[in-house]
Amino acid sequence: MADHTLDAKGLNCPLPILKARKALKEVPPGGTLEILATDPGSVADFEAFCRQTGNELVEHSVNDKIYRFLIRHTAA
Amino acid sequence: MSSKAEAVSTSMHGAAAPAAAPQTKSMSIIVTKGSLDWAYPPFILATTAAAMGLPVTMFFTFYGLPLLLKKLDLKVTAAGNTAMKMPMMGMHMGLPNLVTAIPGVDAACSVMMKNLIKKKGVASIEDLRDMAIEAEVRMIACQMTMDLFEYSLDDMIEGPELGGAATYIECATQSDINLFI
Repeated sequence: MADHTLDAKGLNCPLPILKARKALKEVPPGGTLEILATDPGSVADFEAFCRQTGNELVEHSVNDKIYRFLIRHTAA
Repeated sequence: MSSKAEAVSTSMHGAAAPAAAPQTKSMSIIVTKGSLDWAYPPFILATTAAAMGLPVTMFFTFYGLPLLLKKLDLKVTAAGNTAMKMPMMGMHMGLPNLVTAIPGVDAACSVMMKNLIKKKGVASIEDLRDMAIEAEVRMIACQMTMDLFEYSLDDMIEGPELGGAATYIECATQSDINLFI
């Protein structure tokens, strides 16, 4: 179970990323943030976001057009 | 023994490549356009880059400068924008250039665009601008444009500093990404 969950459903680029960044600040180092989104572009964007910021994209999946991302707060 | 040493160096190299702490890159954007549609790319890229840890500078000049006004009233214009088509009645419709000159057409297009923006969960420019400020994006208002179009800092949101071409160039020489929009 993730430490925090962000509901970004219905939001379009770049809002899921911007809100995730904000939410990650509330997650303690090593903790996890779960993000739910409906923007298909968020898959590529969360991968890029995690590569660039050094946070770990633990997993992502899609179920019934809802994308779910689990990010571990590993960046400084 | 030598193969062991090689294995160690390979794994060190492997660790250094993708998993290394990301390098701090920086970005600057020259913002020259102030219509509703053209205001999006600079604010989307600035907020996203800031969220990805990049220091960002936006230099507002010419028609981009009014994007710093306290009260925004942004519009699109279909005139001369022949590629502008909007989803309507199950298809994509554009307007012949002649029609775009009729008074009220731009206003109607702007209302349609704003409705689409809301419907599709796209942020408003006001929201993106607030987020850029919150993310400490550095904003520079072009002094020459302020003089040219008779604006004062009192008309603008709090935060932007005044600067000119040299201010921007200095920033650009220190930035990894420099965009002109």
